Amino acid sequence: MATKLGDQLRSYYLAYTGGFIVLIAVLALLERQGMPPRWIGYAFMFFTIMIYAAIGILSRTANVSEYYVAGRRVPAVFNGMATGADWMSAASFIGLAGTLYLSGYQGLAYVMGWTGGYVLVALLLAPYLREFGQYTIPDFLAARYGGNAARLVGVFAAVLASFVYVVAQIYGVGLIASRFVGLQFEIGVFLGLAGILVCSFLGGMRAVTWTQVAQYVILIIAYMAPVTLLSMKVTSVPLPQAVYGEVLEKVRTLESEIFHLPAEDEARRRYQARADDYAERIERLPASLLEEKQRLSEEINARKLDPNAPMREVLALERQRRELPATVEQARARWGEARQAALERAAVPSHHADAFPGNSEEQRNAARINFLTLVFCLMIGTAALPHILVRYYTTPSVREARTSVVWSLVFILALYLTAPAYAVFAKYEIYQHVVNSEIAKLPGWIAAWGKLGLVSIEDINTDGLLQLAELTLNPDVIVLATPEIAGLPYVVSGLVAAGALSAALSTADGLLLTITGALSHDVYYKIIRPQASTQWRLVISKSLLLVVAVMAAMLAAQKPATILSMVAWAFSIAGAAFFPALVLGIFWKRANKQGAVAGMVAGLAMTLYYMVRVQFHDIPWLGLHGIGMEPWLEVQSTSAGVWGVPVGFVVIVVVSLLTPPPPAQTQALVERLRYPRS
Amino acid sequence: MQQTGKHVEYWHRNLLVTTVLLFIWFVVTFVAPFYARELNAVVIFGFPLGFYMAAQGALLVYVLIIWFYARYMNRLDQAYGVKDGEGD
Repeated sequence: MATKLGDQLRSYYLAYTGGFIVLIAVLALLERQGMPPRWIGYAFMFFTIMIYAAIGILSRTANVSEYYVAGRRVPAVFNGMATGADWMSAASFIGLAGTLYLSGYQGLAYVMGWTGGYVLVALLLAPYLREFGQYTIPDFLAARYGGNAARLVGVFAAVLASFVYVVAQIYGVGLIASRFVGLQFEIGVFLGLAGILVCSFLGGMRAVTWTQVAQYVILIIAYMAPVTLLSMKVTSVPLPQAVYGEVLEKVRTLESEIFHLPAEDEARRRYQARADDYAERIERLPASLLEEKQRLSEEINARKLDPNAPMREVLALERQRRELPATVEQARARWGEARQAALERAAVPSHHADAFPGNSEEQRNAARINFLTLVFCLMIGTAALPHILVRYYTTPSVREARTSVVWSLVFILALYLTAPAYAVFAKYEIYQHVVNSEIAKLPGWIAAWGKLGLVSIEDINTDGLLQLAELTLNPDVIVLATPEIAGLPYVVSGLVAAGALSAALSTADGLLLTITGALSHDVYYKIIRPQASTQWRLVISKSLLLVVAVMAAMLAAQKPATILSMVAWAFSIAGAAFFPALVLGIFWKRANKQGAVAGMVAGLAMTLYYMVRVQFHDIPWLGLHGIGMEPWLEVQSTSAGVWGVPVGFVVIVVVSLLTPPPPAQTQALVERLRYPRS
Repeated sequence: MQQTGKHVEYWHRNLLVTTVLLFIWFVVTFVAPFYARELNAVVIFGFPLGFYMAAQGALLVYVLIIWFYARYMNRLDQAYGVKDGEGD
């Protein structure tokens, strides 16, 4: 039965992949016939969303088991693919290669953290959770630790971590829709919302699983295509993951040449001077703000008296005066940012492959500590994010669950092994063809992405050439612009946009299901109304899905600024709240209810405390001021879990030992988890 | 569930393989990057070794660990007769 279903699925998805490749070929042909790029963008968006909607509608269901865990019939390979799509979000697809481009070795913490966590999932959690076989992660906590206290803490952490994460996905959808289809950002957000809802609303986990498999196919083709073509162009071998070492060496040679050119030194000196200027201005606040205003006014008046002064200059100066910070606080914040930006450009860049760069031993050690702690938090978080763990409830057996983790990681690696290559190839193209060329003759993509504010250039030493220090790239631009950087046809850009959309939609679907599952199943059904009928439970779940999705979209439409660090926070939150309680629940029979609840609360509180105090100095809307603190051991707020996770473990052990052991019934449950049914 | 000697042995073998694999995971994840600067002195096919380990080496070791665990445990299930049926 299982194999027959597998064969059938395989032929469906093979046909689907073939169809998608034909679509790309047809669009490429049409582009050559003169179809305008905008229509190619529309075509990709329209066809992919139609396919997801069709799968979503075909998989509609009113069965509880189908709705929450896809009927536990998903074969290992397909569950692996769905997990891959669920896992790889807009951050992985768009942001990762760009982060690697900008921070070189340091960025590899994400590559390791987001893959190594699966070792913990496979060895410590997946098979046991499958053997347990309920619907949500709070279900497990409730059964293992008895009573609703553990369940409620679990629900709170699951909703908090998933909501933070889902806002980032919807934000990504809005960004892609506004860039490639030319919609207004807010409209793009709500269009994306519609795309997410068609998949999950009617069919729950069942529909989400089958659309995620379809989305995986599109996102991986879209990620591989541009970098493979680029690899062909540079090395004439279409295997970027294998041959980028050679290119990395070329990049190193280019870096050594470029970093110490006299023009670069000059540009960096000028940025340093600018940073010093801002520092001095901040020092002399509030007087400096008045002086600045006066200086601009004088200049404007001087121009106005001079009949030959171009009107444009006067207007520019007037705008500068209008945009001056209104208060001393604003001036301090804005000039501080400007100083920081200038300082970054004034620093000598480090080589791409150099580990833990820095000017002093202290700086190098801080870089090393931050690398290792970030890896730790991302891994523990991976092994604790509920939307990933529930995927292992959907396989038919414990053995399939184990195999399914292998497949998950294989499918995820397809992207993660490519991302570092992506970054190196992009760096090679830019260092080779863009840096040190005349600013008047730069390729078109710089101006196109500059209009969106993602690329900026400034000829600070006025030599008419673009120095490396004068070019600023937003990390998101690397993946989206690589097709243009490499001079590939527009159809590849459209493909990349469709892939990024798939990545964002698939993750958002999984997260929304987790949130509504926690609220409708754990809070409503298990705590408030255990006698609720099946239909009524699904009605509640679907209504909640709608409410949560709209709330997330409204928040995303506000464009919260620190969205990327919010994603890393989600990992720390989930890791500190769930990981100790789940692992000790399986491996230590003596862990009891009091210990688990105390440990989860303590771990979560520790993480939030560190995060908030290191990240924020003031939270005006809560009336908190001056709460900032120096980080401990230079650990950044994104790695707050490095304190929360150990606290969680210690508190669970200590409190459990101080209170009575769990009842025999619970110990029997743990025994059952350890041996798959005979 | 009835605790039999067979079950205890099964569980101990599971714990042993889990511990060994987690140790390998720990070395690849935390010890190798700790010495990344020193490893970078070795260059293979253009890749400095420290960079390569973090970008590809560690990832491939992770897959091998999970693959080995799944194979080992699925066989152990059969050997100890605790295999659960295909499908519910």
